[in-house]
Amino acid sequence: MPGLITMDDLTNEEIISILDDAERLLPVARGEVYLPLLQGRILGNLFFEPSTRTRMSFETAMKRLGGDVVNLGDVKTSSVVKGETLFDTIQMVDGYTDIIAMRHPRQGAAQYACDSAKVPILNGGDGAGHHPTQTMLDLFTIRQSHGTLEGLNVILAGDLRYGRTVHSLSHALVRFGCNVTFASPESLRMPEEIVADLKAHGAEVVETDDLLGQINNADVIYMTRIQKERFPDEDEYAKVAGAYKLQSSDLDGAKAEMIIMHPLPRVDEINPSVDSTRHARYFEQAFNGVVARMALMCWLLGVDVPEDINETGVVL
Amino acid sequence: MSQEANMRRVTAIKNGTVIDHVPAGKALSVLKMLGIGGNMSNPVSLVMNVPSKKMGGKDIIKVEDRELTQHELDRLALVAPEASVAIIRAYSVAEKLDINLTEEVVNVARCTFSNCITINPREPLPHRLVLTNRDPLELRCRYCGKTQDIEGLVDNLL
Repeated sequence: MPGLITMDDLTNEEIISILDDAERLLPVARGEVYLPLLQGRILGNLFFEPSTRTRMSFETAMKRLGGDVVNLGDVKTSSVVKGETLFDTIQMVDGYTDIIAMRHPRQGAAQYACDSAKVPILNGGDGAGHHPTQTMLDLFTIRQSHGTLEGLNVILAGDLRYGRTVHSLSHALVRFGCNVTFASPESLRMPEEIVADLKAHGAEVVETDDLLGQINNADVIYMTRIQKERFPDEDEYAKVAGAYKLQSSDLDGAKAEMIIMHPLPRVDEINPSVDSTRHARYFEQAFNGVVARMALMCWLLGVDVPEDINETGVVL
Repeated sequence: MSQEANMRRVTAIKNGTVIDHVPAGKALSVLKMLGIGGNMSNPVSLVMNVPSKKMGGKDIIKVEDRELTQHELDRLALVAPEASVAIIRAYSVAEKLDINLTEEVVNVARCTFSNCITINPREPLPHRLVLTNRDPLELRCRYCGKTQDIEGLVDNLL
């Protein structure tokens, strides 16, 4: 069954078409228009590890489109603690639902579920692997701000080794001819196989530990959280993480149209002083998760998004 | 050292399988991949690190009274893709077999990445490693996408 496991599951044309659908669905996501395109459909939300935005935005997206949602609930109270395999869990949920959104701590779990299921699987994050629905909302946000995805200078900063959002996003950006710069501590560099894949796509990849020196040339700065537990001790963490914090004074020489994104939650890598600058986009980005996931579910379920939403739906 | 001297190191076998041109030092891994160990009664001869014009150095394995199947040999592609295999009957080479490195290696070894979903031995789907480069050999797990540690795969044989 087709699913969205990595960005390789979508062609560039499909990405653009889905982003166009998402744009038309904005009034539905805002609650201004009622358009039950997915009435009678059920989404299975299988989150085997914590999630706030991804789980809630999937649920909101399905409900805004008139569908319903069943949740796995707390893993501690499910059959998973009794030792049920992922394969068996998927067989069961496959029978209850029309589409599944899944997050799992093990890498490869989404592909494994996709190979086990008859209904489409949307990968909501698998270990340090991929997070393609996040990438779709990231691309939506970038296009919304810059009017294009092509040829932009994008800095991906922070934890590039374990941050699954940047793994999927870097693949997509390179396919649209963006110039990517990876700014991270040495120990949290982008995994080698991802860099090799990007170079195979013809990308020139710049890797640096100097984030601040890259800001003035950037169209997009995509920040990620550096987690303390990745370091042997707190001193080492404090020494390294300090170089990957943005505050408003760092942005004095930035391009006027440069945007700052973050998959959230943030800790202290973006100072609240940045929130009120023209560059901050992370809260719009989180909202865009709803439209991106609406469009993806319609696409995977073979439901066309009408050209004129206001005429097809009920204006509230 | 001559080819003749190499061959004198191990006696000719009447019936069985000869695996030649195994990369030097890999013979023990090959035996492990074939499931050949102390639990079988067939005589097994092994020479390691003998000179080879083609490879510089090589290992040779002779397994008596057992004809390895194509399926068994294909497992060797992970450690000895260039090995040559002969089936011996009545002291003569009856068949020469090639080791085929297929586009996907299914149920031969478990992914070497410690956080792959396939780490749970109770998960029932086949273990699938996808060939991404022949020389140097590079395989990735179909599920987690991680590039495999080829040496580590020998420890993860199924």
